[in-house]
This record gives sequence, structure tokens and C-alpha cells, in this order.
Amino acid sequence: MLELNGVSVNYGAVQALTDVSLTVEQGEIVALIGANGAGKSTTLWTISGLVRPRRGRIIFDGQDIARMSPNRIVALGIGHVPEGRRVFATMSVQENLEMGAYVTKGGRKMREAMRRVFDRFPRLEERKNQLAGTLSGGEQQMLAIGRALMSRPKLLLMDEPSMGLAPMLVREIFAIIRELNAQGTTILLVEQNAHMALSIAQRGYVLETGSITLTGPAVELAGNPEVRRAYLGA
Amino acid sequence: MDLQTLLQQMINGITLGSTYALIALGYTMVYGIIKLINFAHGDVYMLGAFVGLAVVLMGANIWLAIFVAMLACLCVAVTIERVAYRPLRSSIRLAPLISSIGVSIFLQTLMTLLKGPQPVGFPQVVTNTIYTVGLVKISTVQIIILVVAAVLMIGLQLVIKRTKMGKAMRATSEDLRTASLMGINVNAVISFTFALGAVMAAAGGVLVGMYFNSVFPLMGVMAGLKAFCAAVVGGIGSVPGAVLGGLFLGVAEVLGVAAGLGSYRDAIAFGLLILVLLFRPSGLLGQPEQRKV
Repeated sequence: MLELNGVSVNYGAVQALTDVSLTVEQGEIVALIGANGAGKSTTLWTISGLVRPRRGRIIFDGQDIARMSPNRIVALGIGHVPEGRRVFATMSVQENLEMGAYVTKGGRKMREAMRRVFDRFPRLEERKNQLAGTLSGGEQQMLAIGRALMSRPKLLLMDEPSMGLAPMLVREIFAIIRELNAQGTTILLVEQNAHMALSIAQRGYVLETGSITLTGPAVELAGNPEVRRAYLGA
Repeated sequence: MDLQTLLQQMINGITLGSTYALIALGYTMVYGIIKLINFAHGDVYMLGAFVGLAVVLMGANIWLAIFVAMLACLCVAVTIERVAYRPLRSSIRLAPLISSIGVSIFLQTLMTLLKGPQPVGFPQVVTNTIYTVGLVKISTVQIIILVVAAVLMIGLQLVIKRTKMGKAMRATSEDLRTASLMGINVNAVISFTFALGAVMAAAGGVLVGMYFNSVFPLMGVMAGLKAFCAAVVGGIGSVPGAVLGGLFLGVAEVLGVAAGLGSYRDAIAFGLLILVLLFRPSGLLGQPEQRKV
């Protein structure tokens, strides 16, 4: 479904990604793990079109999207849950969701999408007129996920969805990710919480200073001594 | 100053202030979205006045003049953004700022070449009756200014609060990066913001030309600076702040003149700017800038 082929990204003189290749198959959860500053977010930004790769191809559903604008990429079916949630704090919950459906044409489709999000996250419906900035951290994460679902993405990029959440909420968020996946959404998950990420993913990639150093089935990665030492605190 | 004079000066001040507010909105909206102080904005206002004047000289009424000026300035502002700012979007923040100063000088020079440096009078397009309401007098021109400004500001508020594009503007001004991740076409939003600001300024230009019976190529310099002060006093980036700041500066200026500070007329706005910023660095209604990680 998604294939990155030799993608390199520069920020000025700094090389952020070097020759990154990875694939995500339809129906999978793929975890991308690595330390702070390894280039995990950059990888997701590049897929979403926020950052232009200097080299390499990004194929989504048979199309090269490496030079497309972010709004066209969203329209093709890639949703993004940004790191740190990034809800629009001064806008209401409902308006945040509307922004997620920006590429959706027609009010009926938008209302249907919102209905589905509210069914999944009843808490958001209760607070639909509240400003997003007044929500708790867990609710904001639900809003960020709901907002990304509004465009009915085939592939969902999730950037550190567990960041800054209490352990109980982390489990809740991961349960939601698993559920979304079971209902047919393919997921590329970036996490510092490697343990949780590998426990729900089928496959994983390890990113170190901008390069993929390890890849394999999640179970195998979780058992790899190097990964255990570096990312699982074992 | 007795009550009657005070009330009268308030009316005059609000009239002047609402024209500042119309211009200030463009500064504040553009700043809110792309953090650019658009120095050419005052000159778009000047162009609006010239276009309005030209339409009036062709025999049209003031409403048509305002409408045509708005359309013309909309096109000009969108073009300016496209040509002078967008190519510099990813360079340092100072680059588009300098570019905007360049555009400003270009527009002033162009109009000076075309129309000469001298102020041109504005034909009397409305019968300027003076009405007495209670203690104060108000003229037809003042009523037109107040009504047009109020209608435009309410319209703007509705656009920002209710329409899809308006919501996208708010989302973009809060977080441009995330807005584009949501599929919002940020370039379209930026063009739209410039267009809205230009439409407001163009109306302001025609109204001021008519009010002071004078249109000239450098008229955007002082008006632009004062409107910029108004935007900063109100809190740059805040739409209600720009309106409040504009009215505040207009009233203060007129009251200052009435109190005998006539020769300091232009200094009043800048003095107030310094004073307000001393106590409220982010302006009357501004949010303190949050550092994003």
C-alpha cells in the first residue's frame, strides 16, 4: 500500500533521513521505533508532503506522492495524527473535526464522518462545543485521532500517540489503535514507547540517526537483544 | 472640554477610528497567518482610494466606487502575495518583510509617476447633510463611513466564524503545519487572507478619500503606520483587537487634537503604542506568544 524507496531528506545542511526504505501492506500495523531525533517524525512528515525528499520515491496505492502537496495526499487517503496532538486549541471540538474533513466535498459526507467519530468517541460528542484547548490530554488525543479519521483515510500515520499520557490512557489509546486496524485502517505507528508499539504491530522498523538499521516481525524485534537494550530498557 | 464637545469629538474619533480599524484588520490577519508585517498594506489602501476616485470621476455613485475599489485591491493584493511573498515563504522571516517594503516603495512611486505627487480632490458624490442628534452633529459622509465599516466588520466576523474558509483561516493561524496535515490548502488560505484584508483596506481608502476630500500617492504611509499601531495596540493577530485598537487610536487622536495637541496629531498614535506596550506587551486583546517546540 505504501512504499518508501531510498528516501533522503535534508534540513539545510543537516541530513535528516538517509536512504530510508520501508513498506506498509494493506491491513497492517507497522511500528517505527527509534530514539529522540532519529528521524521518525521527519519520516511521517515526508510521507504527508510537509517535507520534500531530496531523493527517493514514495509510492502510495501505485502513485508517486513524493512531490505532491499535503492537501492532495490527504485527499488520496493518508491521515495524520501529529506528535503532541496539535489540536486547534482555540476552536471547538466540532470545528476541529470539520478541519479534519477539509478535503471532503459535501456536508452530508462530513456529517456521516462526524457521526462515526462521535460513535467511537462519545466523550467528544458530549464536548463538541467546548474549545479543544480545554480538553484533558487523553481527550485531546482522541480528538486528534478523530480529526484524522474525518477524511476516512486508508492509511493512518500516528506520531507518538502515547506521549505524555498516563499509563491507563496509554492502554486505552492502544486499544483504539488495534480496533481501528481491525476495522480495516492500515496504520504506520511511530512510538518511543517501543514496548507497546511492538506489542500491537505485525512488523517493525528501527530508525537510528536517519537510517533504518533493523527490520522484521514485531515479535522478533521485541526479542532482539540490541533492541531490548536500546529501546526496551531490558 | 464640555460634554457636548466631548460627545462630538467621540463621534469624529469613532469615524476616523473605524477607518483605521478597516486597515488594521489586514495587518492583523496576515500577521496571524504567516507572521508577516505586510508593509505594502497601506499602499493597497492608497490604491483603493485612487480606484474609487477614478470610478467616481466616471460618474458612478459611491457604492459602485467602493465595490470596484475592493475588487481591484483584492486582485492586487493576491498578486503581491503570489509574486513577492510566496517565493520567500521558506526563507528567513526578514526576507518577505523586506520584500514588502520594496512593494510599498514600488506602489508609491508608480502612483506618483502616474498621478503626480499632489493631493487630488474627491468630487462631492453625496449631498453632505449635517444632522443634529441630541447634542451632537453627524454628517452623511460620517454615517456612510460608520455603516460601511460596521457592515464590513460584521461580515468579516461571520466569514471567519462560520464559513469553511474562515475556519481554515483560524486553524492555519493557530498552527499552519497541522492545518496542512489536515488537508487544508494553506496557499489558498493565505491568498484568501490577503484578499480579505485588501477588501477592507480598499473600502477604507475610498471612505477616507471622500471624508478628507484628498487622495495622494503617499496617503498610505501615515494611515498604514497608524493602522499598524492600532493592530499592535489591540494585539497583533487578534481580529477584535484590530477593531478595538483602531477605534481607540482614532478617538485618542481626535480628543488629543481637541485638547490643543493639534501639532502632535500624528505622534498621539505612536505615543499610545509605546504606552500600551509598556503595560501590555502583547496588546489589549493579544495572546502572549507561546513558544512552540
